[in-house]
Amino acid sequence: MNKAKALKSAEELKALFQSLSSEKTVGKIRVTIPNATCSIARGSAGIIRRLEEVLKQKKLFSQVEIKVTGCRGFCQIEPVVVIEPLNVLYQRVSADDVPEIVETSLVQGQVVERLLYPVSKEKRARTEAELPFYSLQKRFVTENCGVIDPTSMEDYLLTGGYQALARALKMKPEEIINEVEKAGLRGRGGGGFNTALKWRTCRTAPGEPKYAIINADEGDPGAYMDRSLLEGDPHRVLEGLIIGAYAIGSSQGFIYVRHEYPLALRNFRTALNQAQEYGFLGKNILGSGFDFEVQVNQGGGAFVCGESSALMASIEGKLGEPRAKYVHTVERGIWDKPSNLNNVETWANVPLIINKGADWFAQIGTDRSKGTKIFSVVGKINNTGLVEVPMGVTLKQIVFDLGGGIPQKKKFKAVQTGGPSGGCLPESLLSLPVDFDRLTEAGSMMGSGGMIVMDEDTCMVDVARYFLNFLKDESCGKCTPCREGIKQMLAILNRITEGKGQEGDVEQLEEMSGGIIDAALCALGGTAPNPVMSTIKYFRNEYDAHIRDHKCPAGVCKALVTYAIDPQKCTGCGVCLKNCSTGAIKGAKKKPHKINPKKCIKCGICYEVCKFAAVKRS
Amino acid sequence: MKKAAVDKIIDSYGADRSQIIAIMNEVQDEERYLPEETLKHIAQRLELPLAQLYSISTFYRVFSLVPKGKHQCTVCMGTACHVRGAERVLSELERVLKVKSGETTKDKQFSLDTVNCVGACALGPIVIMDGEYHGQVTAAKARNVLKKPEAK
Repeated sequence: MNKAKALKSAEELKALFQSLSSEKTVGKIRVTIPNATCSIARGSAGIIRRLEEVLKQKKLFSQVEIKVTGCRGFCQIEPVVVIEPLNVLYQRVSADDVPEIVETSLVQGQVVERLLYPVSKEKRARTEAELPFYSLQKRFVTENCGVIDPTSMEDYLLTGGYQALARALKMKPEEIINEVEKAGLRGRGGGGFNTALKWRTCRTAPGEPKYAIINADEGDPGAYMDRSLLEGDPHRVLEGLIIGAYAIGSSQGFIYVRHEYPLALRNFRTALNQAQEYGFLGKNILGSGFDFEVQVNQGGGAFVCGESSALMASIEGKLGEPRAKYVHTVERGIWDKPSNLNNVETWANVPLIINKGADWFAQIGTDRSKGTKIFSVVGKINNTGLVEVPMGVTLKQIVFDLGGGIPQKKKFKAVQTGGPSGGCLPESLLSLPVDFDRLTEAGSMMGSGGMIVMDEDTCMVDVARYFLNFLKDESCGKCTPCREGIKQMLAILNRITEGKGQEGDVEQLEEMSGGIIDAALCALGGTAPNPVMSTIKYFRNEYDAHIRDHKCPAGVCKALVTYAIDPQKCTGCGVCLKNCSTGAIKGAKKKPHKINPKKCIKCGICYEVCKFAAVKRS
Repeated sequence: MKKAAVDKIIDSYGADRSQIIAIMNEVQDEERYLPEETLKHIAQRLELPLAQLYSISTFYRVFSLVPKGKHQCTVCMGTACHVRGAERVLSELERVLKVKSGETTKDKQFSLDTVNCVGACALGPIVIMDGEYHGQVTAAKARNVLKKPEAK
């Protein structure tokens, strides 16, 4: 590709857009294949390779455009192949399906029925729009994900990319902040802080230079919308940052990407280089006199670095330890200069507000939570994936209408939101409209939008223990309430899950929670007790079962579970015996088998491999 | 690692002290751990106390001060993987490899580690073997993940 000439003005951008639009190939067959982390793990790279081979063999290579994109959100049905203008979506495709797809769909223009998504036993969906998973979605922030090639600047420009920047550079910085304020944008990374207020504080804070930072240290387990945005539409995030930087008066930007996201980092770096080439970064951007550069920083696998002051310390090359925030980081952040930090999704909303206007944005959502939010619906759920919905849809709509409910007809138990800072919400709260304030009122929080669905086989005491164990590992150790308090709470929970719980343990946990919330230095510690408190609040009976009856009703806590074979159901097929690594299972062929509890290490393998549900966990 | 190679990394960041984590990340990527000699050299070049490098090495999860095995096996312990039984998968791998998470087998073939969510939750429980993602791993299937490299 020729090296692009840096654009010098909004008019040059407009002219480029027009020439790209007119050059756009019409009539060519286009095969779109998402190739992001999830899809790659399911074999999309093999499909692309195979498609290229088959097309070359059939001498069709020049007639077909293969579009390699980011993720379309419906991870469960990956790998996906979309063919236009036939307008058909194939799901769970394997490389072996490729020759048939080429012959039937690309050559003959017919549909391969068996690869369509089954909506019901009788009906198969032909296009994405027909899938229930997309029914309530409003894909604005993710509109390009899975549609454009994230490594192509031209693709992004063709969607109207960087026109929001051109428009913003003709506005006064204060006007942009006013627009964001009117839109009611709140931070998508955690607490839901008012974005415009943050920008304004940073703008008016004394000190130069000012810094604008993308927080891509998406640490909440179960949330991956930021990874998906960076992998699928990195220019949108960057454009948002540049607009924000101009509004704040910042000349230096940073992105802090977590170490576990190599593809997101690679795609964003590509975007940075392209933006530099096209003149969206550097000196005198689009002739406006505004200068801006961005530096990339990679994390080292520390959850606490998602916290603003810890992240900034890490950018300075120090340990990622938070500090007390009597003075906020927007006033004194990196090297004690005013520093404005927003997460990936928040920045990605900014071009939308500038392009479509604050009024358009503010009519989406609820009273105090505007716009859409991307949620990752994961765990015990049929349709795992990322959904973008207007704020205010209910948990039930997300879990059942989009998520398709719980696999194997199991019973819904809880949905966990907000990551390790959030809580578990029970069935009785399923009709709760999801926005920042309602989730907080219910004892959980929005966090970055992870929703982990739990069914009857999930033990809520174990979930609380899981989060505390996570936070014990991730606590930076600077303040005592967090470092020691979490450890002691975990000791109690470990005791309970081992069947050694005592009366008064729950009350002790509640008391300690209060202490940690009041005294911890940063939000990691301050919200750490939430998973414990919310599970005590809504699932106290499970704690009591562990403590009083020494039982784990869900059959998760190893020490409280025994495995046995139901002689009525056992066919004596011998699969469990073959798989048992300790020789605990004995039995003659075609006769019911037995588990020797003395040898059993409770690994659960027999339970997993039994096809007749004869192994019982109690 | 040769000093010249380390210098090249340091210089690519303009010997900027604030880029210490990035520099150590690159060394770690190459060597798969941080050799003492290399750390001493970096400390000298950047005029930083070795203790600071030590504290960074032990604070951030990706760094290791001991050599890693030939093959890296990482079990995702994100919440979505957890509710789908990641802990049972980890116990089984610990049992098969005869090491605890964070350790390396005696023959230096396998290192077993955990990671707090790789953000590919649809595939949970996930085990990453030498960079390759294995999805929907169960305790029963866990040992198959280790098979391929063993055969090589």
